[in-house]
Amino acid sequence: MDEYKGKSLSWRVADSVIELALDRAPANEIGVAMLEDLERFTSSLPGLESKASALILYSEQKAGFSAGADLRQLYTESQKMEASSAVRGVREFLERIHAVLNRLDASSLTTIAAVHGVCFGGGFELALSCDLIIADKMARFCFPELRLGLIPGFGGIPRLKRDIGNAVVRDLLLTGRSINATKALSVGLASQVAAEGEALRVARATAEQVIKFDRATSAAAKRFIKPLPSEELRREIDIFCELFTRPAVMEGLRKFVENTGAHPYLP
Amino acid sequence: MKTIEQTTDEILNLAATHFKVPRAGLDPNDDFYKKLGIDSLQALELLTRLENHFGVELPDYEVQGVSDFHTLASRIQARL
Repeated sequence: MDEYKGKSLSWRVADSVIELALDRAPANEIGVAMLEDLERFTSSLPGLESKASALILYSEQKAGFSAGADLRQLYTESQKMEASSAVRGVREFLERIHAVLNRLDASSLTTIAAVHGVCFGGGFELALSCDLIIADKMARFCFPELRLGLIPGFGGIPRLKRDIGNAVVRDLLLTGRSINATKALSVGLASQVAAEGEALRVARATAEQVIKFDRATSAAAKRFIKPLPSEELRREIDIFCELFTRPAVMEGLRKFVENTGAHPYLP
Repeated sequence: MKTIEQTTDEILNLAATHFKVPRAGLDPNDDFYKKLGIDSLQALELLTRLENHFGVELPDYEVQGVSDFHTLASRIQARL
């Protein structure tokens, strides 16, 4: 499928570049609908990889790249079932999203995330599955999960630990603070910073460059330099599910979801 | 070294420009959530604009619970 338009995203292939646009209001929250569309994309990847050399992921939503997992859906669905069933449901979701992000991570394409605005939690983890992150100067990166009594669950920590120093990973994880594009560039998380509103243009220019190279060579270089941290990814799912069973997590999610004020509920 | 008044003034100018409100209507003691009519995502945008403008890092936890321009200026001043 060279073109597709789903509920949460669309893609098209032109001139050896695939552009995948996330587009689910308000901020590309990753719930079941987004997961299903992402699965449709990764199912189509074998065909797409024979027609293209680069992939650009970006967002059509003004708020940013993605605010992360759909916590409202997670809370609402979990409330409908027994705790043991809720954990089984969470594990199944995590295994599906890991399969999608691992497939993107290991794609033979050179993958570029063009990031603006919020790039939080699961959205950050989606960007981290890409080879390059090009950040709009208004982009903001964050792992807020510890504020809710959880760890990031979409593979972000093993992927970030693969890419940058452990001290920076600990800072982001253990403080839950967000960082801007300049900081992301300085720690090696982003490869380039673009002016406001220019990340997609810069990503397209970068894609034009990378598609000049021999595909097999680029793919071999990527396989060599970017191994999947498979064992840590598996352990992450186990730790997330263990933490998810605690009552404090559901209480944190409830406060987050029920908060209607301008100030976010974040401890 | 900027004074706290200069820092506050720059914040008010920046907020007026980017959130399209009259500068004359902004006071250092105003609640910027109410005065600018912004939500938590726009507050993050303001934080990023301030970091870029002043060339500082402002961890979220330092500005959590802060809602007036003057206190925001004091947090930035401490990082200049």
